[in-house]
Amino acid sequence: MSILVNKSTRVLVQGMGKAGTFHAIQCRDYGTTMVGGVSPGKGGTMKDGFPLFNTVAEAMAKTGANATMIFVPPPGAADAIMEAADAGIAVIVAITEGIPVLDMARAMRFLKDRPCRLIGPNCPGIITPGACKIGIMPGYIHKPGPIGLISRSGTLTYEAVWQLSNLGLGQSTCIGLGGDPIVGTSFIDALQLFQNDPATEAILMMGEIGGNAEEKAAEFIKKNVTKPVAAFIAGQTAPPGKRMGHAGAIISGGSGTAKEKIAALRSAGIGVADSPADLWVTVKKALKV
Amino acid sequence: MKIHEFQAKELLLAAGAPVPRGIVVSSPAEAVKAFDQIGRPVVLKAQIHAGGRGKGRFKDSGKDFGGVKYIKNRDEVGTVAEVIFKYPLVTKQTGAQGQKVSKVLVQDAADIAREIYLGMVVDRAVGLPVVMACAEGGVEIEEVAARSPEKILKVAVDPNAGLQPFQARRLAFELDFKGDEVPRAEKIMHALARVFLDKDCSLAEINPLVVTPKGEVLALDAKMTFDDNALFRHPDIEALRDENEEDAAELRAARSGLSFISLTGNIGCLVNGAGLAMSTMDIIQYHGGSPANFLDVGGGANKDQVTEALRILLADQRVKAVLINIFGGIMKCDIIAAAVIAAFKEVKPRVPFVVRLEGTNVAEGRKMLEDSGLNLTPATDLTDAAKKVVAAAKECLHRPG
Repeated sequence: MSILVNKSTRVLVQGMGKAGTFHAIQCRDYGTTMVGGVSPGKGGTMKDGFPLFNTVAEAMAKTGANATMIFVPPPGAADAIMEAADAGIAVIVAITEGIPVLDMARAMRFLKDRPCRLIGPNCPGIITPGACKIGIMPGYIHKPGPIGLISRSGTLTYEAVWQLSNLGLGQSTCIGLGGDPIVGTSFIDALQLFQNDPATEAILMMGEIGGNAEEKAAEFIKKNVTKPVAAFIAGQTAPPGKRMGHAGAIISGGSGTAKEKIAALRSAGIGVADSPADLWVTVKKALKV
Repeated sequence: MKIHEFQAKELLLAAGAPVPRGIVVSSPAEAVKAFDQIGRPVVLKAQIHAGGRGKGRFKDSGKDFGGVKYIKNRDEVGTVAEVIFKYPLVTKQTGAQGQKVSKVLVQDAADIAREIYLGMVVDRAVGLPVVMACAEGGVEIEEVAARSPEKILKVAVDPNAGLQPFQARRLAFELDFKGDEVPRAEKIMHALARVFLDKDCSLAEINPLVVTPKGEVLALDAKMTFDDNALFRHPDIEALRDENEEDAAELRAARSGLSFISLTGNIGCLVNGAGLAMSTMDIIQYHGGSPANFLDVGGGANKDQVTEALRILLADQRVKAVLINIFGGIMKCDIIAAAVIAAFKEVKPRVPFVVRLEGTNVAEGRKMLEDSGLNLTPATDLTDAAKKVVAAAKECLHRPG
């Protein structure tokens, strides 16, 4: 079991440029069912074994796709997200980094009444180890198992997965929420999904400075999550007013600090790792193993 | 990207918001001329991006005034302007070195009956832009938010529809505007929202918005920050960039597609990925060290980028040791190892380096570094890397000379 993606997920790729094609191949090699790509104007042709389509609606009708991975460059990425939602794609994973915030605000309004789940943008994607990888994470570091992992970052997630896999702690699903100010899936959304997933026994959530999503998650966990949760917050040393790589990672007006987030999580009874090298320790403590 | 107050006011004026009469000058002589043109008491406003100008002081000037100075007499204009142009302005946001002032806004000193705060940001929690207003203007909104959040009025704006008339009207009445002031205030709110949505702002503030004794409503001060990710569609905004206001190293890094932030410590960091880069800074501090910078080389860094990154790190004389922390995902460890080796040959580092490689092709990468004969200390994991680099930096500090 897992959340959102599994063996029956059929994945399209929007944006079959260099990066999109490379990762489409990587995902296929991992064992994901990759059914084709959307490349307006190139419909009817093939690229690296993938049939190409002009529109998401056409691709969906012809392939039975139920998920999409978006690599469309920033100016057209919000449009690609809306196209996927309009066609009825259930799981939309937006990898693209650098989408204007107001484009995302508009896209989120568009998605509101449509039955889809957007993951990202500016995220590494989502993976159910051994079953389905939609994203740019290195597949081989993952291992099937009981830990649900939620993160706002890419390589930091790999670090966590690596620490867990090395100890034999596999993952049910790893989901990268994305580093932008407006993202489709929040910590709370992901926590709820993991809480409902019988295969997930414990959850590791990795936040960072900026916004108050982690504080809200802490409140939510207190009330609604019965499974053990461990956490880490990146950016304890980040100065205020500076954007730390991610568009959303900024301490503004003294709020959004790591200190506040850690305090909120701890007061909800959640173990927070002091050092990013000790993510596994905190998970083990939460699991009581 | 930030812009200056006078630029923000030009944008507001073009969108229909009244602002006080003002003239931008670049010398004391021009300031005197502007005073004569305005023909009334003025305020000299130093144009720097940092906030807290009014409470700031000009470094080493010996004068007890800040970057916002009310002037009544013609004689004062030249002498005050000379100080402003000569000494760096130190505010709580500039750092101790201060910021050189190259432009001053000479503004008609408005008579003020009331001050109000008006601002607009993207509210991450609701995923929409919101207009914020507060009857207490001229103060820092963060302070009000912390002290009495109920005093801040908020309306969420549909980014497709824009600020609606009823929303502006409601805010105007809730802010207790009277009579003719109501439509005047609404007009400014619409102008603010239009600039925000049309130009992809991430923050737009009019603080204070003032009501004069005659009932005029004016944007007395303005501040705007733009979404860097949207600048591609706003060449007019990009043209307002003032590179003198930006950190030279950060600017240089940005040109090579690197994300770099200067900090105050002595351990340079080169990391792939923003979250891991922040965590690397954190673990250095956790083990008693202090990071000199945040540096994310991104997911697909090449030799040129790594070389430029090392140059930027080593240009900072405070850097006593460097930690390279790479978790190879898509970026393979052997590729990054080759880039580090090539960069070393060009840059010839003067401080100890600790390298931690993990992930895709890690065995090949580690072997390449070992075989290179370069003076690199390998680390096995994050903790090991942090401890080694902190020790190296301390040793370097204690070394005589």
